[in-house]
Amino acid sequence: MAKVLVLLGTKKGAFILQADENRSNWRLSGPHCDTWPIQHVIGDEETGVIYGGGGNEWFGPAVWRSEDTGSSWRHSSQGLAYPEGKDPVKSVWSLARGQDALYAGVEPAGLFKSTDDGQTWEHIDGLQNHPTRERWMPGGAGLILHSLLIDRKDESAIWVGISAAGVFHSSDGGKSWDARNRGTRADFLPEDQRYPEFGQCVHSLVMAGDGSGRLYQQNHCGMYRSDDGGLKWESIEDGLPSSFGFPAASHPRDGETLYLIPLNGDSAGRYMPDGKAAVWRTRDGGQSWQDLRAGLPQDNVFFNVLRQAMATDRMDPAGVYFGTASGALYASADEGDSWTLIAEHLPSILSVETMVVND
Amino acid sequence: MPQERLAPEQSVTVKLPAVLVDLFPGSERVVCVEATTVGEMIDALDRRWPGMADRIRDSRPAVRKHINIFVEGARSSLSTPLRAGSTVFVITAISGG
Repeated sequence: MAKVLVLLGTKKGAFILQADENRSNWRLSGPHCDTWPIQHVIGDEETGVIYGGGGNEWFGPAVWRSEDTGSSWRHSSQGLAYPEGKDPVKSVWSLARGQDALYAGVEPAGLFKSTDDGQTWEHIDGLQNHPTRERWMPGGAGLILHSLLIDRKDESAIWVGISAAGVFHSSDGGKSWDARNRGTRADFLPEDQRYPEFGQCVHSLVMAGDGSGRLYQQNHCGMYRSDDGGLKWESIEDGLPSSFGFPAASHPRDGETLYLIPLNGDSAGRYMPDGKAAVWRTRDGGQSWQDLRAGLPQDNVFFNVLRQAMATDRMDPAGVYFGTASGALYASADEGDSWTLIAEHLPSILSVETMVVND
Repeated sequence: MPQERLAPEQSVTVKLPAVLVDLFPGSERVVCVEATTVGEMIDALDRRWPGMADRIRDSRPAVRKHINIFVEGARSSLSTPLRAGSTVFVITAISGG
């Protein structure tokens, strides 16, 4: 029997929810990681190991690791540092497991790699050496590398999303990078400069689950799809209530299905449009959208959902999960058709991921 | 844990915050080390409990922004000298929300 785990990074520790494959009775554990701010928690379905990346205002950045579903943890930041004289790494923002290594994206934006399962880290300095690096501007949450995609078939292919530098791609394991932002807007720049090479405020970058390599992104300024690895992007925002939101989540198998949570606008409060909660789903690659509201609150809803705080599981039908900045977690076991509140009163939820393991 | 070899003329007492000690099983709130500067003191702590230096000192290198190290009543830096018999307080600053 499969066991489904929902892994939460929050402002005050990691939390783990577990249920059987029916996904109806959830058991919560936490706070884990000594209540550190944990930006991102991922699980390796092959080994069952859970990793949490974050940073503590007193003690700096670290990656935590648990082999026993959160009962015990150890942390390390050995090598997770920029050279002397540079601004120190403040926090880990994103984690990704490749076949041969564990990767960590950090603030200020940069990439680290561990080949010993998180015990020691090596800086991949290509992003620091990018010719545009000195002109990258931080977004509201800092200069953060929050989206990190590793091609598991070819681990030398990496995509990152950096606020507010944009999307970058490497085909050599991170040594060199190309900006991949063509077609994405920067509405916050002067009118004649709104399609720059870099400087877009990407909020979330995800890969379709069908193995096609299709990419989707939620940007500060629009929603987009790319079928060529990010070389050019096509707007898919028509039919959505706004062009602004934070997270995106792809279906685990169907490359045409994507989930977004549009907010009411970047300068209008950044909460649910009309005070009614909805997740929006496309089944045709972004050509049309359906609002999913069954089980979600529809009266006076002023929460937001942050950039890494939505995920799907790989069950069939797929589960969909999102966590609010006000500490509530909603789940759907039927691909978004209906929703249930499965946890509340948690610290502000920063990220949501899932792991399915055999019990 | 193996004890630092104590040379009385260089020995200082370090008082560590509970939230730091919690991160390193087996570590202690009060510890004697040999050191002539705050930087050496951090190195000595790291030899006893590997990884502890990263929690106190960043890569600039400097004492982390929200950590205060007091020597003889004054906030100190990595280069602050330590006198034999000094008591050094490592304190977490007011921070967070």
